[in-house]
Amino acid sequence: MSKLEEILSKKILILDGAMGTMLQDYKFSEEDFRGSRFADWPVSLKGNNDLLSLTQPEAIAEIHRKYFLAGADIVETNTFSGTTIAMADYKMEELVYELNYESARIAKKVAEELTLENPEKPRFVAGAIGPTNKTASMSPDVNDPGYRAISFEALKIAYKQQARALIDGGVDVLLVETVFDTLNAKAALFGIDELKEELNTAIPVMISGTITDASGRTLSGQTAEAFLISISHMDLLSVGFNCALGAKQLTPHLEVLSQKSGFYVSAYPNAGLPNAFGEYDESAEEMANQIKEYLEKGLVNILGGCCGTTPAHIKAMADVAKEYKPRKIASREPSKILD
Amino acid sequence: MAHKPDIIQPKNPVDFSTEKKALRPLKLSGLEPLIITPESNFINVGERTNVAGSKKFLRLINEGNFEEALNIARDQVDGGAQIIDINMDDGLIEGKEAMVKFLNLIMAEPDISRVPIMIDSSKWEIIEAGLQVVQGKCVVNSISLKEGEEEFLSHAKKIKRYGAAVVVMAFDEVGQADNFERRIEIAERSYRILTQKLNFPPEDIIFDLNIFPVATGMEEHRRNSIDFIDAVRWVKQNLPYCSLSGGVSNVSFSFRGNNPVREAMHSVFLYHAIKAGMNIGIVNPALLDVYDNIPKDLLERVEDVILDRRDDATERLLSFAEQVVGTARENKVDLSWRENPLQDRITHALVKGIDAYILEDIEAARQEAAQPIEVIEGHLMTGMNVVGDLFGSGKMFLPQVVKSARVMKKAVAYLLPFIEEAKAPQPPKGEQYWKSADPMLYGLMKKLAQKMRYNNPTHAETVLWNELSNKKLEGYKFRRQHIIGGYIADFVCLKERLIVEVDGLIHQLPENKKSDEERTQWLKEQGFRVVRFTNEDVLDNLEKVMNELASELKKAPPSGAGGAGRILLATVKGDVHDIGKNIVGVVLACNNYEIIDLGVMVAPEKIIETAKRENVDVIGLSGLITPSLDEMVFLAKEMQRQNFTVPLLIGGATTSKAHTAVKIDTQYKNAVVHVNDASRAVTVVGNLLKENSRKKYMEDLKVDYDTFRNNFLKRGKVKDYLSLAEARKNKFKIDWETSKIKSPIKPGIHIIEDFDLKKLEEFIDWTPFFRSWELHGKYPAILTDEVVGEHATSLFKDAQVLLQRILNEKLLKAKAVYGLFPANSVNHDDIEITYKDNSEEKKMIFRTLRQQLKKYEGKPNFALADFIAPKETGIEDHIGCFCVTTGFGTQELADGFEKDHDDYNSIMIKALSDRLVEAFAEYLHKQIRTEDWGYDTDEKLSNEELIKESYKGIRPAPGYPACPDHLEKISIWEVLKVEEHIGVKLTESLAMWPASSVSGYYFANPEARYFGLGKITADQVKDFAERKDVSLKFAEKWLNPNIAD
Repeated sequence: MSKLEEILSKKILILDGAMGTMLQDYKFSEEDFRGSRFADWPVSLKGNNDLLSLTQPEAIAEIHRKYFLAGADIVETNTFSGTTIAMADYKMEELVYELNYESARIAKKVAEELTLENPEKPRFVAGAIGPTNKTASMSPDVNDPGYRAISFEALKIAYKQQARALIDGGVDVLLVETVFDTLNAKAALFGIDELKEELNTAIPVMISGTITDASGRTLSGQTAEAFLISISHMDLLSVGFNCALGAKQLTPHLEVLSQKSGFYVSAYPNAGLPNAFGEYDESAEEMANQIKEYLEKGLVNILGGCCGTTPAHIKAMADVAKEYKPRKIASREPSKILD
Repeated sequence: MAHKPDIIQPKNPVDFSTEKKALRPLKLSGLEPLIITPESNFINVGERTNVAGSKKFLRLINEGNFEEALNIARDQVDGGAQIIDINMDDGLIEGKEAMVKFLNLIMAEPDISRVPIMIDSSKWEIIEAGLQVVQGKCVVNSISLKEGEEEFLSHAKKIKRYGAAVVVMAFDEVGQADNFERRIEIAERSYRILTQKLNFPPEDIIFDLNIFPVATGMEEHRRNSIDFIDAVRWVKQNLPYCSLSGGVSNVSFSFRGNNPVREAMHSVFLYHAIKAGMNIGIVNPALLDVYDNIPKDLLERVEDVILDRRDDATERLLSFAEQVVGTARENKVDLSWRENPLQDRITHALVKGIDAYILEDIEAARQEAAQPIEVIEGHLMTGMNVVGDLFGSGKMFLPQVVKSARVMKKAVAYLLPFIEEAKAPQPPKGEQYWKSADPMLYGLMKKLAQKMRYNNPTHAETVLWNELSNKKLEGYKFRRQHIIGGYIADFVCLKERLIVEVDGLIHQLPENKKSDEERTQWLKEQGFRVVRFTNEDVLDNLEKVMNELASELKKAPPSGAGGAGRILLATVKGDVHDIGKNIVGVVLACNNYEIIDLGVMVAPEKIIETAKRENVDVIGLSGLITPSLDEMVFLAKEMQRQNFTVPLLIGGATTSKAHTAVKIDTQYKNAVVHVNDASRAVTVVGNLLKENSRKKYMEDLKVDYDTFRNNFLKRGKVKDYLSLAEARKNKFKIDWETSKIKSPIKPGIHIIEDFDLKKLEEFIDWTPFFRSWELHGKYPAILTDEVVGEHATSLFKDAQVLLQRILNEKLLKAKAVYGLFPANSVNHDDIEITYKDNSEEKKMIFRTLRQQLKKYEGKPNFALADFIAPKETGIEDHIGCFCVTTGFGTQELADGFEKDHDDYNSIMIKALSDRLVEAFAEYLHKQIRTEDWGYDTDEKLSNEELIKESYKGIRPAPGYPACPDHLEKISIWEVLKVEEHIGVKLTESLAMWPASSVSGYYFANPEARYFGLGKITADQVKDFAERKDVSLKFAEKWLNPNIAD
């Protein structure tokens, strides 16, 4: 049993909040994004947040530190777009390994410092693996429903490369997140499983899907339960949902996972739904109040925030979660009877 | 069995003792989950998207016609396939490309991709390519040890990594398993390798143990089928959690060309294989007979072959098969059941719905019985219980049950006069009606009773007797330690047949509990009610006990005839639709409930009053149109106000669990259940009235509806709405400069009197007809559906008989009135028309409602007014409106059938009448398009295309999604003078009477389309009220179902 699993059986673990929301406060300019190293890069780099791990590492470390100090047990690496597929927009495919490796190291260093300060509360780093900007089971062209912009094989290779760099950089767990197309996630899991075998490592894997609207389905059309069944062939640490919805709207879907999943359950919703200006404005208190419902119903084991959440949100959630016991799981992993 | 190895235990197995047969269902997924448990029914895999199994599919793929090929997949899912098998293995096809292309296309069709896919190929590269494009959890069909363990392992490992289940063929390096020993040897070895070396989840393994032909004439093929079945049984018992599957049609291979025999063979084979444990199969439903329908002589010969029961089984089947060849399947009237004992005959008649001999049999039963009532309570109820069980377990379908009810009713009607006659004269006043003891036991019991009465009363009994003796409780006379039959009741009020038992500690012992139950049961059968209190109740809370007793005394005893309980059914005020309600009534009556059916358009006061007077146990309300929803809410409130406690059932097309939970359940403190089909009604009512489960069930219901309501309200709020002004800005814009506008050839109002119904036959859309009988599937495919095909066919036949009668004898009258008028849209959402009333020119304004839900970029917010040229364009546009009916005569015919105890045809006539009026609306719309308005004179559409609404222009109906506001019917009635011209009336809820009527508008613009209004917000309601010059309250009442919360 990994250290993480051991703690999970006893308490609710707190994940960090949004990276992007925090970065906005720095108001980095194109020059800040480029730094000296990429001053002559042929395309605009503003908005390539993952790149900041190389050009503004202190800011990234500071944000991680803030979340840890707010009460997070786990922070996510700044690698949401760290695949060759997503980096193609910036012509930075060649830098993918370095981006992930450095991001992992930055987070790990902060985690280690804080663990040393307070060994009672060990801190962890989750290697964030985003959905990429392409979908394997949907066509981007309405007139050609059979067309696919990306293949399973290409996704698998890209994900595997990212996962390898994150593991080399020292992450404690991999987090395949914001899954809106289950087939993309399956490619990621496939690559990770191959990698675990090659490296002979048992690094735990978390997965977090995204219910995109009130219909209760993922963007690729699956219900929460169908999503769960489609990814349950892997030995996962946790399964959950993040993004797209606020805490309140996420509840019924978490109930499904909570009821049907043999894995631990995670949730890191947005700070409410976007307002008329596309901003997330649910306050820390409001969100913590919503989260209470999860806790009272015993729905979750891991809690955190997605778009619009800040260290204040995480602190509020951590404070509430302390008072509750984690969700119980009947048998830790039902498909694992035959070691 | 010769071979009996140890049960295989995987390494580090689950501890079965603690996990108690740990539930490890086979879970698959498309867009939706499919969970296969040991309790699941047989899973049918659709096999027509297989180039090896379907010539048509092969041709389409060869021609590259993937569109049409998709339709085959869709038809299978619509027809009930729970998994679809896709196979592209053909010499002339690029299998991998075709597989990927077809799967990619399926993924874009949610109505197909909702079910899991079985990727079927003998080539690994095709399987892997398929696995790479499907997001759900698939089944791979198949892998085996044929090429050795190494390849088997490498493929299985990948399958696990892709997250799929797998079909494992019984095949190894030596060859294909063709006997019992080889089958189980390979299955066991495969299972061991998969679960132990790969940690492959056992529930994801599906064995295909090879189905081979029998009756080939070769001695070594004799055991082909029985060995398969035995091997299935062995695997099920020895290899935990796996599933078993196979391609069934192989078994009858030697009878190609003789479908009757093949069908029988498939059925018999499946019957036995399923019993042995086969739970998944690739079966062509069209090539499957119903086991019970196979003629006895054929069945015997087929079973001899399948089960290898005789040495000459093959010869006998072959020679018999020659007679069967070519003869179309025809059910000879088999009268052998007439030889059976009386009860069997009555049961058979009820189950099969045969009324030809029922009176003869009932008369025989009556002569045997001591009392005529015993025939109902004995023979008939025994038969109806079989019907109930078959229906409950899904082996009988609604139309048959209704036919059974018809037989039952005829029998009861025959018996009633005898029962009246036999009723013992009432005892004269003063007669000792308390003599209720069994005379044999009386002496003995009396002693015990005396002893109890004087020597041994508990403290609690003494306390209670103090309150009950000397008619202290509201004048009711109670007796103490009274002997009834073989029991001694603590206290009894004989007049109200109420027994009060006070239980001390001794009753809690298990043995006593059982005898208490037996006693209660027996007493109930004797018409007594039993109320139990504990000593503590009496001693600590006497007041509550006395209150309960008083209210129990005032309830009338349960009705004898209905036995199980009394149920009031009504279609609410203003609503005229009753097919669903009638079906529920018939089915409940079959289950021994007494039904008080108040009919249609029933005022709430009447429902309340009848419920009180008749002391009903359940009230069921039905309605089809949206205003009925408010009526139901009102009734629930009223029931609460008058302290009703009986459960309330809600049903009908417009009702929903959501509405019931949000609007009705909150008004009534007792149980409210939404029940939309007859089979569920039986279970629900059963649970509601079952003494020992009702309390818990009602509590569970309340919790369930509460949760449902909370979830529903939460999700409702996520939607974003535009203000009415914004929605208008985003209206649907037609380019009026270029839009084709055609003036009607025959403007003005037209009336059709006495239309020839025969012209409508070809316009009938039969699919909804089957749905009204709770048979689901598309016509005509439903007639050959594996599960319901037989029943659908028989129902369809009966429908045709009645339809021909209607057509030939002109039993129903079809009338129509319609008009085409100059019109323009005004003020965004209104349509102003000009029409003539007695040659005086008048204006009328139709109000339309606009969608307000926030749309994706580029999608407009529709209102019907968008399809008519605005006045400011200066273009003269047109609109039509109509009302058609085929309802005159329906009620009279239905009443006639009911008088004849023939609910089956009574429901049938209404269902047919509904179909005819829809056909009439379709017919008239076509005539409008091609002749009267004439905007689409070259239209050539088949009936199927009409049903799919492929025509140009639309005919939306008030009360339906595009214009859910029923109020516009009033305007249509005014313009067309509908009631004057054809006699169709509007009720206070604006339902049309007769019920089989349709009214609506005609829009001709080629860009006009059907849409759903969805929810609207307060600003539009206010605007609507102002435009229409009605009060806001009135507008809110009528638009209520569409107002966003």
